[in-house]
Amino acid sequence: MSWLNATALGCAAAALLATDVAAAEFGRPATRDEIALWNIDVRPDGTGLPPGSGTAARGQQVFEENCVACHGERGQGGIADRLTGGQGTLASDHPVKTVGSYWPYATSLFDYVRRAMPYPAPQTLSDDDYYAVVAYILNLNEIVASDTVLDRARLPAIKMPNRNGFWPDPEFKLIRNSRQP
Amino acid sequence: MNGTEQPVSAASRAGSLSRRRMLAGAAGLAGAAVSERAHADSLADVPARGPGASLSGMSERSSFVHISRIPESTPGKRNVDPSAAINAKAPLDKLVGTITPADFHYERSHSGVPDIDPAQHRVLVHGMVDKEIVLTMDDIRSMPTTSRVAFLECTGNGWENWKSAPPDVTVQNTHGLVSTNEWTGVPLSFLINLVGVSRKSTWMLAEGGDGSAVARSIPLTDEIIAEGMLAYGQNGEPLRPAHGFPLRLFLPGFEGNLNIKWLRRLKFGDQPFMTRWETARYTQLQADGRARQFQLKQDVNSVITTPSGMMQIRKGYHRISGLAWSGHGRITRVEVSTDGARTWRDTQISLPALPKAQTRFEIDWDWDGTPTKIVSRSTDDKGNMQPDRDTFIAMTGTNALFHYNAQQTWAIAADGAVRNVLA
Repeated sequence: MSWLNATALGCAAAALLATDVAAAEFGRPATRDEIALWNIDVRPDGTGLPPGSGTAARGQQVFEENCVACHGERGQGGIADRLTGGQGTLASDHPVKTVGSYWPYATSLFDYVRRAMPYPAPQTLSDDDYYAVVAYILNLNEIVASDTVLDRARLPAIKMPNRNGFWPDPEFKLIRNSRQP
Repeated sequence: MNGTEQPVSAASRAGSLSRRRMLAGAAGLAGAAVSERAHADSLADVPARGPGASLSGMSERSSFVHISRIPESTPGKRNVDPSAAINAKAPLDKLVGTITPADFHYERSHSGVPDIDPAQHRVLVHGMVDKEIVLTMDDIRSMPTTSRVAFLECTGNGWENWKSAPPDVTVQNTHGLVSTNEWTGVPLSFLINLVGVSRKSTWMLAEGGDGSAVARSIPLTDEIIAEGMLAYGQNGEPLRPAHGFPLRLFLPGFEGNLNIKWLRRLKFGDQPFMTRWETARYTQLQADGRARQFQLKQDVNSVITTPSGMMQIRKGYHRISGLAWSGHGRITRVEVSTDGARTWRDTQISLPALPKAQTRFEIDWDWDGTPTKIVSRSTDDKGNMQPDRDTFIAMTGTNALFHYNAQQTWAIAADGAVRNVLA
């Protein structure tokens, strides 16, 4: 066999292998319903927010039933993260990072509270109650009024106090890769 | 000699060691890890040989070896009740070489350690893809694989020393949130081709199966596409639950919390998703009150592990040893100063020095008994050099909490006590 033939055979074998892997079946198609069940992320433009609504008044009740044990009365003094206050401290020696002083997006708050809270039983409250408790935390931080009805339209429109407090590293500001057209 | 020794926890060890035993312990490389150095003055005193214990399904560590991780809640709150711990630090002062045993690999978990049955585990891949699919672990284990030795580091590593240097800490406390394992899994590029990710997709959300459903946006750079993997193996065995069993994302060189454990969802999109962890949590507050976001690479770093904090040394010969690593690439040079960063000497680097893996360095030193400070600094193949503390703090301030990679200084007093200092 000449080296040329051997090389050609080698290439053919490599191509065959690649074809086999590409043609192999892995997994099964995901159904629309099951994707909806797991597709819980909420983006800053509101994409992913569910129907439903809530106010701070109802949220206070939700908070006292589910959150106060760890986060303390009115979101302070508990064993878990402090949720309120701290505005104006970020450049000091003792910055206090809370929803009011640090979080840039109200949508991220909804996303996080729904996916991870209450800590012992995440994702178990109704979407109405998640809107309500988010409204309560924002109200404690004087970001929304106590009678504001939060829903999928209003939540993304809220401008958080520290919205412009972040700057992404230049390397990851605009993503480029060689797959792009 | 050993007959009177009771095993003690790593916690009480530092406080309760007698001076004599500390002197003896510091004499060997792993001295502090082994309960007692042999003091037989004559070979006649060495215990006689005889049949040993029965063989077993799983070999255990020697009963003379006492090593453990340190569970911690927040900086300075150490040896907490495990239920209150948010991380566990690797015993860098008691490990040798560069590979971390899986059970000593550092851990950061946000909602405990789920106990997942792999037969019931599913991974949803969706978003900007041609084929939205559900994968089982059998599917994933039948795909092409790759293995790679690489470090993993929590962005909180070094957080003890942002504002002050607690004098009573070990290198396990200051730098124990980094480890190196061999990771095995499916190349991310294979999955990207399998589902036909849109060429316009630039970010991927990775989400865990833990109680807090930790989720991070991953930028689809060429580096991440080429080096990322869906890992199910760790040092030759299935992942430990603490490290994501049955499946985790592994991105060599990138901050620990991007390497989502208990991976169960990948969603492809064209912008970052702005989860809590990439906005409110793992962002670095600078002196001006603004925060760096998506500071994703672990910068070049190093630390001397022997001698290090809370050890006691004697005048005379020492083999200084430590670890260096960089999320940018391969460690090419580690220098050590034994005179408080006035003069520097090149150390010997143990080969192979793998890219994005911890690298062992060593250098001889004869201590004349006068108080001094020892410090290391590393350089990687991209030309990044580990900054001294003053330069680092001038750039960053003291509030960032994460991504501390300033040079670590150990002060040595006239009596040989080694203590943590800022510089």
